[in-house]
Amino acid sequence: MDRFVFLTLDGLSRGAVLAAFALALVLIWRAARIVNFAQGAMAVATAYVAYSVSAATGSYWLGFLAALGAGLLLGAAVDLVVMRFVDHTSPLNPVIVALGLVLLIQAVLGMAYGSEFLPAATPFSRNPLTVGGVAVLSPYDLFVFAAVAVVVVGLAWTFTRTAVGLRMRAAAFAPEVSRLLGVNVGGMLTLGWALASGVGALAGMLVIPTELGLHPHAMDLVFVSAFTAAVVGGLDSPPGAVVGGLAVGLLLSYVSGYAGSDVTPLAVLVLLLAVLLVRPGGLFAPVAARRV
Amino acid sequence: MSATRAVTPPDTKARVGRTGPAEPRLGSTLLRHLGLAVVAALLLVAASYGLEPFRNFQLATVAAYLCATAGLTVLTGLNGQLSLGHGALMATGAYTVALCQNAFADAGMTGGWLLPVSLGAAVLAALVVGAVVGVAAARLRGPYLAGVTLAVAVVVPALTVTFDGVFNGEQGLAVPVEPPPVALGAYFPYERWQLWVTAAATLLALLLLANLVRSRYGRTFRAVRDDEVAARLAGIHVARTQVLAFVVSAAGAGLGGALLAVLAQSVSPGAFSLTLSLFLLMAVVIGGLGSLAGAAWGAVLLVALPDLTHALTEQLTLSPAVAQRVEGNLPLAIFGLTLVVVMIAAPGGVQGLLSRLTRAVSARRAGRRRS
Repeated sequence: MDRFVFLTLDGLSRGAVLAAFALALVLIWRAARIVNFAQGAMAVATAYVAYSVSAATGSYWLGFLAALGAGLLLGAAVDLVVMRFVDHTSPLNPVIVALGLVLLIQAVLGMAYGSEFLPAATPFSRNPLTVGGVAVLSPYDLFVFAAVAVVVVGLAWTFTRTAVGLRMRAAAFAPEVSRLLGVNVGGMLTLGWALASGVGALAGMLVIPTELGLHPHAMDLVFVSAFTAAVVGGLDSPPGAVVGGLAVGLLLSYVSGYAGSDVTPLAVLVLLLAVLLVRPGGLFAPVAARRV
Repeated sequence: MSATRAVTPPDTKARVGRTGPAEPRLGSTLLRHLGLAVVAALLLVAASYGLEPFRNFQLATVAAYLCATAGLTVLTGLNGQLSLGHGALMATGAYTVALCQNAFADAGMTGGWLLPVSLGAAVLAALVVGAVVGVAAARLRGPYLAGVTLAVAVVVPALTVTFDGVFNGEQGLAVPVEPPPVALGAYFPYERWQLWVTAAATLLALLLLANLVRSRYGRTFRAVRDDEVAARLAGIHVARTQVLAFVVSAAGAGLGGALLAVLAQSVSPGAFSLTLSLFLLMAVVIGGLGSLAGAAWGAVLLVALPDLTHALTEQLTLSPAVAQRVEGNLPLAIFGLTLVVVMIAAPGGVQGLLSRLTRAVSARRAGRRRS
């Protein structure tokens, strides 16, 4: 029972990070109808920025802020320099371009930092606190929950309560009408990329210390898990991404706790296939009429 | 399934040749492709005598990659399904060959027929895996399919560590391969033999694929890619066509992986990482998605680019540690950058540029003749 409680809490903490990462995917999907396969590599790049800044200044928090800033800038740059010029008539094209970015980013990181695993610092202890003799969450887990909660609430508030959020939603759903009404559709798209990439950077900062450490490929498997989370929730739904993230986190935690951590990638694949074959639109999508 | 069905009667293919977008062709497609294959085989034999052993080995590697890129071209270029998991299918073929060859060696069997049997088993294994993934793929679209195949690419190498009793974990397996037959002489260069074996298998695979592409099935592939609704209205069973394309493509990838394993005489999960899957996709996109010729350009690129960057980094004066880092990653960076630029500037790839060029030249010639 103690083990079950521990695995559940651990899974929720892992799931919170996946939820944030899945949220980044959902943001870009909603804004541009692109699944950003380069999200993982972009997050790793910002984590390396944090590593450099922290090493230079000796402060974790400066590095943390630098990662968030770098995430915003990188997202905007990817949109302005690359994605804007891609032919979107086939949905394959943006995917292929994003994969090119993955190779490019990982290779540049490998050249700059080498491909050894670098240690990733945490601001709080990762040793679990014990409550009544049961090992529960660590201070770091609590920090993860708090950070993800701030992002989720912040995004929800931005999109539902602010003028910019309204414009972003309008630009995504009816670009032509929005343009006629004076909305800077291209600018909103860039903003969407920046926001998503910033959220991705945060998720990367939170998840990399719990993996093996900083490495150009550190996010490959995390990306697959987060994609699964986003698909479980339905790519279109931010609350779905949060629920999907928590569900995938719990699954990963139980599988690695009871069956061994080697099996977790397989469990993710099985879950992804099962969801896509049963409900391709995700668990939260309304059932739509098929085209043919 | 692919091999037997691919060869439809020659008369249908001749009709395709005439009604196709290209200029009318002489004779049957099967004979034309056979002729091309024979010419290619003769050229390769000549090249194998003219080139030094290392170049022979590189050419053999190109041939092995060509199986996989040709398979991926059929799937992505002709059928419009994106797969990021072909590295995993290559791994399936490679591990099957390793297991078969080890089993034969343990049983003390020898003979020239063992390797073809192992290669056949590798193709079969990849076929089965491809059919499983293909059935799922037929129900998925665009980014969803890419996500599933990405998961396959990440998961399959991890499986070799999970079941390390069979696959020996990160260490991988050795692939015992017999020396060239004695009939070729005692001092026959091993690399030349490798090229002969690989090229023979690749030419056979390409012959089958080229015929498939020109056949009725090839047309249904393209019809489904261009407009699923129209294809369905024309009586094409869309899902079945997509599964068939996936299976054929998986067989190509399995053969390519098996040949690579035979060339390297070992397999390990590190050789079939996600990066390999991305590399294959890059290669076919940069080569040109629409045709098997594009796949050939891509395969050449896969082998030539690391070699070129090696030569480049040797020119620069770098400290050994930095040089090693740059050499490992520079090809990746160039590949990624080229891919992005090609997708934006020239979506047809190398082959698209070439055929545009030849068309422009022949149009000018035709114009001159008229005037």
